[in-house]
Amino acid sequence: MILLIIINLIKGADYFSISLVNGALYGNIPNILFGASELVILSIGMTLVTAASRGQDISIGESATITSAVFVMFVLQASEVTLFTIVIASLLSCVVGLALGAFNGTLVSVFKVQPMVASLILFTGGRSIAFMIDGKLSPILANDISNQIGTVIPGVPIQTPIILTVVFIVLVAVLFKTTTLKLYVEAVGINPNAARLNGINPKKIIFLTFLIMGVCSAVAGFIAVNKAGRHDSVNLLKLIMMDAILAVAIGGNSLGGGKFSITGSIIGAYTIEMLNRTLLRLEIEPAMIKVFKAIFIIILMVVASPVVRVFAKKTLDRVRNWRSPSSQSAKLTTTNIPTRKEQ
Amino acid sequence: MKDICKSFPGVKALDGVGFKLRKGEIHALMGENGAGKSTLIKVITGVYEKDAGLITLQGEPIHFKAPEEAQNKGIGTVYQEIMLCPNLTVAENMFIGRSHNPVVNWKQMNEKAAKLLDSLGIPASPTQELSSCSLAVQQMIAIARAVDMDCKILILDEPTSSLDEDEVHKLFVLMRELKERGVGIIFITHFLEQVYEISDMITVLRNGKLVGEYETASLSQFELISKMLGNELEDISKLKKYEPIVSDSITPVFEARGLSSAAGVRPFNFTIQKGEVNGFAGLLGSGRSESARAIFAADKVTGGEVSMKGKRVKIKTPLHAIKQGIGYLPEDRKDDGIIADLSVRDNIILTLQVLKGFFKPFSLKQAQVFAEEYIKKLNIKTPTPNTPIKSLSGGNQQKVILARWLLTHPEYLILDEPTRGIDVGTKVEIQKLVINLAASGMSLTFISSEIDEMLRTCSRLIVMKDREIVAELKGTELTENDVMNVIAQGGKTRCVN
Repeated sequence: MILLIIINLIKGADYFSISLVNGALYGNIPNILFGASELVILSIGMTLVTAASRGQDISIGESATITSAVFVMFVLQASEVTLFTIVIASLLSCVVGLALGAFNGTLVSVFKVQPMVASLILFTGGRSIAFMIDGKLSPILANDISNQIGTVIPGVPIQTPIILTVVFIVLVAVLFKTTTLKLYVEAVGINPNAARLNGINPKKIIFLTFLIMGVCSAVAGFIAVNKAGRHDSVNLLKLIMMDAILAVAIGGNSLGGGKFSITGSIIGAYTIEMLNRTLLRLEIEPAMIKVFKAIFIIILMVVASPVVRVFAKKTLDRVRNWRSPSSQSAKLTTTNIPTRKEQ
Repeated sequence: MKDICKSFPGVKALDGVGFKLRKGEIHALMGENGAGKSTLIKVITGVYEKDAGLITLQGEPIHFKAPEEAQNKGIGTVYQEIMLCPNLTVAENMFIGRSHNPVVNWKQMNEKAAKLLDSLGIPASPTQELSSCSLAVQQMIAIARAVDMDCKILILDEPTSSLDEDEVHKLFVLMRELKERGVGIIFITHFLEQVYEISDMITVLRNGKLVGEYETASLSQFELISKMLGNELEDISKLKKYEPIVSDSITPVFEARGLSSAAGVRPFNFTIQKGEVNGFAGLLGSGRSESARAIFAADKVTGGEVSMKGKRVKIKTPLHAIKQGIGYLPEDRKDDGIIADLSVRDNIILTLQVLKGFFKPFSLKQAQVFAEEYIKKLNIKTPTPNTPIKSLSGGNQQKVILARWLLTHPEYLILDEPTRGIDVGTKVEIQKLVINLAASGMSLTFISSEIDEMLRTCSRLIVMKDREIVAELKGTELTENDVMNVIAQGGKTRCVN
């Protein structure tokens, strides 16, 4: 996966220049980190959903739109916007996110609907619901704190969304360290029957991954709306589920579920953002950008595919053999499988 | 084939193996766990590519890059893990991938299928979904498919592991017929009696190397086993089963009253005492597995009550059963047992982890310690504890699942066909283990299609027929003849109600 980033890095000269503008880090790398914040968070949720339920949630952009609509509604009805207000509003939006996740989760785990089909409901109707919550408007969010969340807190050189994303990743890492979530999700994704016969409840695990996805949507929506300064229920995080699914795939995860790597998906998300920005930087015509993106993705996927990986490994082995043929037989007999004699 | 070499990273699966198959010969390929039999077959049929050596077919050297090429050259294979599509019909499974004509004449296909099924005496209809057929019937359909493709060489990898005597007999009739037609058959099995009944030649592999090629008629069973195992042979008859102290006054470890399940198990009663090993005997379809699964709540329990050590408990899900100290080794290890992509280590600690709780994950170190302990205890052959379990041979996979349950120190362990598809050496190991566990105080249920295994280990045998318990045998009643009689009679004297 790291190979992919390197390929991209070769693209531009003076790529790593970072400078301070108005007291904040500015440059290509910080821009990528800034821009990819929502995608990274959503990709984490998508990885878990994919791994456990062997399908994808395509309503994440719409869920984020609904939760951020609730956030905005709460903030705007407050007479005075304090940090407390923002915190309560964001917690409220997380609760809504959980509810939306529970909706999808129930359909998938209890009613055994395929994830993509289940999330189709919110995908279709989500933005209209958000529009209703907005009072059929596009409300503006223009208070100091929102500004700071969307861009930068005075005195802190790193943009806030980047900080928020990092904190989120750390929390996820803690979650994996303190629970058996990874093992259970992988077991359920690989073989739900066997998992059940070992005492794991596949329904509960799948439901849990959708709840987590709901929270991810809420957090992503929170960041997006504060960045934008207004709530546009039509365009907020539009079609982001495509990039999220792509991030999961580029990260080396199987879209058919099972073993997963969150790190892979995170790298995948940043790679996509890097790709987007690189294409802009190369001053390609706007109409052609999508075409180039598609070509790039095809190259990435082929290079990362199992077939190519096996071929690359074989070639590497052959090169190693040609260099030192004697070392090969030594390698093969090192792993000693105990024979009956040795007992 | 001469001097075939095939290596896998860290494990040389085949080392200078030679094999000869003559026209119209039934040739048995035998060897322990991981001896290389399945690998050899996969090299012959193009699933794997050999690293070194020469393969010739009728004098011409061949080099298959894909299974399809082997098929086209007349090599048909029926694998141990039935490689058919459960969601398609019987007829579709028989003819899929064979005709290059995109237009399918369904009527013709179904008629052809019906004729073939009939001629082989397979109890299935061409239009029924494959998954609705029992495992045994599915296997016979897989064989029918290979047979119909007019093969010159037919490879049968453990074809009889889930067939009963009648079905095995039918299979042998078929094999002899093919032999007459000049088809060369390679027959991999662990059933020694079958090898002696049907094969002309035997080739023995051990640890990836060729031990030798022998005429069946001139090799005694004892010699064969010693060639397969290498050194000192475990004398199976030395196994002495453990007879626990059983009396009505002692509270049984586990008791079920009127237990029924959604899998068609009719209400039955069952008790087991500490240190007892009980077996379930009966033909395929008699309900043995289903009854065991009902105890473990693997299938939905629809009625009845259970108690552990005299106390009423609720067991409605496998988790309840596990928490009460019951373990269950499933019959189908591929679909119900192994978590294929996870490592050997993760597969071993899984159930203990579930018992420990969601918020208390094992550290990598702890997990590694457990894994290595049981890899050693059960002699599991794996390159590392981190290897995905799917790369292990069937017998070693089974040992991993066994390790998983032993790690939880259950009070009562149910083993459903633990020796199916496993070599002689491991079979003996498992039987010894069962006896030792009973002696140390564990209660066990041991289900096996090989009655002699149960007779060797069980102190009590429950006979089932048509999903009902028809008899219980203990002590002096435990002889092969008695069991057979009960199974046979159980059907005739039962009243129709």
